[in-house]
Amino acid sequence: MPEMIDVTVKLFAQYRKDNFKVEVRSYVQNTIARDIIADTGIPIERFPIGVLMVNGRHVDENHALNHGDTLSMFPKVGGG
Amino acid sequence: MADKIYRVNMNDLSFKIEEVPQEWMGLGGRGMTSTIVAAEVDPECHPLGPNNKMVFAPGLLSGTIAANSGRNSLGAKSPLTGGIKESNVGGTSAAIFAKLGVKALIIEGIPEDDSTFYHMHVTRENVTIEACPELVGKDNFEVLDAMEEKYNKKVAVMTIGRPGEMKMLISNISVRDPKGKLRSHGRGGLGAVMGSKKIKVITVDAEKYKETELADPTKFKAANKVFTKALKENPISGEGLPAFGTNVLVNIINEAGGLPSMNFRSGNSENAEEICGEHMAENIEARGGSTTHGCHAGCVIQCSQTYNDDEGNYLASGFEYEMIWAFGANYGINDLDLIAKIDHLMDDLGVDAIETGVAFGVAAEGGLVEFGDGEEAYRILAEEVANGTPIGRIIGSGTGNIGKLYGVVRVPVVKNQAIPAYEPRAIKGQGITYATTPMGADHTAGYAVATNILNSGGYIDPLKKEGQVELARNLQIASAAVDSTGMCIFVAFPALDDPACLPALIDMINARFGINLTGDDVTNLGKTILKTEHEFNLKAGLGSADDRIPEFMKYEPLPPHNVVWDFTNEEIDAFWDF
Ligand code: SF4
Repeated sequence: MPEMIDVTVKLFAQYRKDNFKVEVRSYVQNTIARDIIADTGIPIERFPIGVLMVNGRHVDENHALNHGDTLSMFPKVGGG
Repeated sequence: MADKIYRVNMNDLSFKIEEVPQEWMGLGGRGMTSTIVAAEVDPECHPLGPNNKMVFAPGLLSGTIAANSGRNSLGAKSPLTGGIKESNVGGTSAAIFAKLGVKALIIEGIPEDDSTFYHMHVTRENVTIEACPELVGKDNFEVLDAMEEKYNKKVAVMTIGRPGEMKMLISNISVRDPKGKLRSHGRGGLGAVMGSKKIKVITVDAEKYKETELADPTKFKAANKVFTKALKENPISGEGLPAFGTNVLVNIINEAGGLPSMNFRSGNSENAEEICGEHMAENIEARGGSTTHGCHAGCVIQCSQTYNDDEGNYLASGFEYEMIWAFGANYGINDLDLIAKIDHLMDDLGVDAIETGVAFGVAAEGGLVEFGDGEEAYRILAEEVANGTPIGRIIGSGTGNIGKLYGVVRVPVVKNQAIPAYEPRAIKGQGITYATTPMGADHTAGYAVATNILNSGGYIDPLKKEGQVELARNLQIASAAVDSTGMCIFVAFPALDDPACLPALIDMINARFGINLTGDDVTNLGKTILKTEHEFNLKAGLGSADDRIPEFMKYEPLPPHNVVWDFTNEEIDAFWDF
């Protein structure tokens, strides 16, 4: 049995449609952001990932998550 | 007929038309207003005295079919910062000015008889100035109604409410948008300058004008097509802004730890979910309202909206991130509808969202109000500010002055102007813009948030110093140039990421005037504008010691990343090495 980690996943903007806003989800150790993106089923073909953050810092899709991390996913957003 | 300069002298209520000097021919918008202010206004003058001037100038592309080209610039010496100011806004005035052939409208002097206020009406080749005692003491929506009744629904209107009449530093100049709502020349206390000249309202005739002429209509159309496509296909300007408005930023800035909260004590707000753009869009959908609305006719992005209460009654329009952040996160109101009510009241009074909201944060720090008490903020605005009571005057004097009056050290201002919705400690490139822009703390002067947080134009780590000065410099140069075209700043998103966007913009300018600007020319224009403005500020007494972020940010670590402002003076001052 591989060791499991808890990751708080937060979705924003268009990703929230028909999906959760925030959820604590379990993954196997060393899961990378890309796998979690796929697991949430957010529509990245229609709205590609704009920004990914782990604990409030920008990361790329290959970033491996640790237990207790918060992963935030945004499509391209802007304003001013 | 070539474009002209319209000059009004309030000393004797006279008007004349002047030729545009050759060297000003290629200027528009901010390039025009800053050039004229620098040439004609004594940098040492009192901003509310007879020697300050107001200069309106439409953008180079205003009045054409170019998408998003309807921004009008207003320049003056700011009574809030003591430096030069340019503030641009949508609405209908830019296009009409351009169609009337007004390259700039310069207003100088102060009437000898200051017992009343005046209504200025601009038509083709004429300006009339008449006393309007019936409008004195009225706020913006009433003035708007009176003007629509007097003229027609298309007339452009620029007006001040009671705070502007009283020359309060939080007052702005409101401009009618195509649907009869208001936008504003928001920052720097320009409403007070209009009040000092005893001008209550300026209207611009929308009936008798000629269409703007294009040197090369075919080329212009082709370029506009490419440009419009770039705006529509960009995920931010084409999808995000129409769907959620600018308020989509609450969550991403909060997640990044850069959302100034409780008077800049933290970079996270407990209220984020309550006040965020996603929640606002849900409310709009459930209550009937609209997520899309353009602040001027040619806008293809439509970041504005109409927001109703839970019974479907209109609450606010142009309900922006800055307003919602200032009252929601920074002053702590966790009720979006109440913030919308305050927004509408502030539109009517004509006070700046950022300066006023941040003023309430500092007032809470000083014990005048309590954080999060939205009802009291509403009351103070409606009763005290509107009537100019001593408490109203205190709030109306802006963030920096309240801090002084109440002995507050945590006062978020640069050049006495309130810092907007992005924390300098946690979004360092934006901090460099606040410190260095000649405008005082202003996010639109060089929107480093794009590259620090939003992954637009690449990515530069917001918590590190590397690359930030260069980023802020490049963005400020580009913004100064874009502010001269009449384009809204959200053109920046496609411009940063789509290589077709900027060349198309330059092609349009060339096709409009029959000239051959290159990208380098445009960059040089931006540099010249910045230097002109900087020079004015130096002469006005704003030196490098004023290009600074408030001291408390150097020793108070900002949660959640626990970062301080750590640039040396030399690092900041290197901004001007160009
Ligand atoms: S995008 Fe927004 S600010 Fe820009 S022109 Fe359109 S409505 Fe106005």
